[in-house]
Amino acid sequence: MSEVLTAPLVVEFPFTRSLGPVLSAFLTGLRERTVLGVRASDGRVVVPPTEYDPVTAEEMRELVEVGSSGTVTTWAWNPSPRRGQPLATPFAWVLVRLDGADTALLHALDAAGPDAVRTGMRVRVRWAAERTGAITDIACFEPDDGPAGDGRPAGHRGEFADPVTTLTAPARLDYTYAPGRAQSRYLQALAGHRTVGERCPSCHKVYVPPRGACPTCGVATGTQVEVGPRGTVTTFCIVNIKAKNLDIEVPYVYAHIALDGADLALHARIGGIPYDQVRMGLRVEPVWTEGGRFPDHYRPTGEPDADYDSYKELI
Amino acid sequence: MSKEPVAVTGIGQTAHVAARRDVSLAGLVREAARRALDDAELTWADIDAVVIGKAPDFFEGVMMPELYLADALGAVGKPMLRVHTAGSVGGSTALVAANLVAARVHRTVLTLAFEKQSESNAMWGLSLPIPFQQPLLAGAGGFFAPHVRAYMRRTGAPDTIGSLVAYKDRRNALKNPYAHLHEEDITLEKVQASPMLWDPIRYSETCPSSDGACAMILTDRAGAARAPHPAAWVHGGAMRSEPTLFAGKDFVSPQAGKDCAADVYRQAGITDPRRQLDAVEMYVPFSWYEPMWLENLGFAEEGEGWKLTESGVTELDGDLPVNPSGGVLSTNPIGASGMLRFAEAALQVRGRAGAHQVDGARRALGHAYGGGSQFFAMWLVGAEAPAT
Repeated sequence: MSEVLTAPLVVEFPFTRSLGPVLSAFLTGLRERTVLGVRASDGRVVVPPTEYDPVTAEEMRELVEVGSSGTVTTWAWNPSPRRGQPLATPFAWVLVRLDGADTALLHALDAAGPDAVRTGMRVRVRWAAERTGAITDIACFEPDDGPAGDGRPAGHRGEFADPVTTLTAPARLDYTYAPGRAQSRYLQALAGHRTVGERCPSCHKVYVPPRGACPTCGVATGTQVEVGPRGTVTTFCIVNIKAKNLDIEVPYVYAHIALDGADLALHARIGGIPYDQVRMGLRVEPVWTEGGRFPDHYRPTGEPDADYDSYKELI
Repeated sequence: MSKEPVAVTGIGQTAHVAARRDVSLAGLVREAARRALDDAELTWADIDAVVIGKAPDFFEGVMMPELYLADALGAVGKPMLRVHTAGSVGGSTALVAANLVAARVHRTVLTLAFEKQSESNAMWGLSLPIPFQQPLLAGAGGFFAPHVRAYMRRTGAPDTIGSLVAYKDRRNALKNPYAHLHEEDITLEKVQASPMLWDPIRYSETCPSSDGACAMILTDRAGAARAPHPAAWVHGGAMRSEPTLFAGKDFVSPQAGKDCAADVYRQAGITDPRRQLDAVEMYVPFSWYEPMWLENLGFAEEGEGWKLTESGVTELDGDLPVNPSGGVLSTNPIGASGMLRFAEAALQVRGRAGAHQVDGARRALGHAYGGGSQFFAMWLVGAEAPAT
């Protein structure tokens, strides 16, 4: 059995979110050390606030200011914090019902250990030194010796100078990618500049690149078949706009190429010929560059063009 | 036991624009849902279940957004489902909702689809740099343009056909207040002079990137009887799938699309769609897909679709108007685009399409596809209740 390849795959993107009126007020409030909730139709105060009533679905816009101290309603100890979590040292995840609120907010509690945490304990907000209008403006919660607050929360207009209207939510996925046995075999053959597909035992079609199974028949494609290296341009487009992260001068031709012996086309760039002279039926061969995993591009072989009928089923 | 006839009694959509920075995702979907309820003169309490759809989570980066949208859509305490079939999702979402009514599981269902493309990154979401794989070399249009060239070669269509479609759809959009693009000064010459991006596709022959949502209220006969405005009745609906790539795949006229259309026509008793249908809302992300789908959906023989476009048959005042709303070429909040096709078909047979109403439309087709011609969803709606 040939070696199955693996490689790390990390994808990251800074997504943006428009906040709408309620969350805009909430996050701007945090920047100003003010925690806002919203009053639901049944009188309960929801913190963090939501835009729509969880019971009646009606729009909620009556903002109130709640306390910055509260009571832990439940918790879980986190012995090994991960990247991006609120604290770098072990901490408790806590649900905190702030004074004046009827629902609990999820955050981190900075405590010495699990023995120092209990349901019902009093905690208070530890504000971040630099606040930008984000949930991280609450750095975490910390134990509080003070008595529970009493009063009903006061109404708040939710108006602040320079309100925050969007937030950035970075997303990151970090995992190990394995292309599987069929792709690994294909890549290992490519390293020797050979293109090896796999034949379906049922419909006899040759798949390049192989995926280990025939998508039409649903059976494993075991038999390896070397195809190419020459092939026929079945169709193409001329790319006139420069794509980000691609170091190719425009215009260039992006083509579907049916390698001789393959039953479906792969996609590649055509070079070695002016872009406006590329045509369907053009016969091409791969051009390799030092260290390339794939052919850099394909160029004309000089053979006569393939007859349309010979490749029309492969378009 | 026969199926329950399904009626569309409420339709709502947002005014589609490049960026809705004033609302959250919840605020966006709420707007469309509220308008659909208002159209049907119903309240949240009248809804038995909610079925929503959108394109991949990676687009906006909100994982399982249906969880967070439950209270905005009045779904608390009710069944809520999410459907996901890439670009066709708006269509398949509506069909899942319709099937719940047809099967008498629920009496009145809110269905909704959305996308906030301004807060998403479709290219990133669709083409992650996978280790060992050759990077995509062409961008979004580069996937479609070679198939357009194949269609032109196969049919001998003149290379102006695509511009005729774009010119028509952009003019139709001027009559649709909800459409994203309103190019008041559009001319055929401008379309034909726009930059060639992925030859043979020009800039003006591509769809925009939009923020928007679309919602519908689907209900049973009793619900339709109480509705304040005429209903659109579902006469047929079907979905079909096929792999994105396989030996023998016909990207110009995919088999799954043909099979899906045939199933819908069989259910609706349609034998000659070209004569029996009054309007079509089809998913045309790049202009040339109009003649391609005209053939795939059985409105023209193979190789003849472009002739319908060229002769003006698909114009708003033509014999078979295609995309009277302006279509995907004028409005493209990806996840919602399929449902917009279904909803616009329903608006036509309800006689409620406003300035882009096709006179006397009695039967219309809504069509969606997506995922590299992998998923197809269609429904056929009529002004009359289906015979049971």
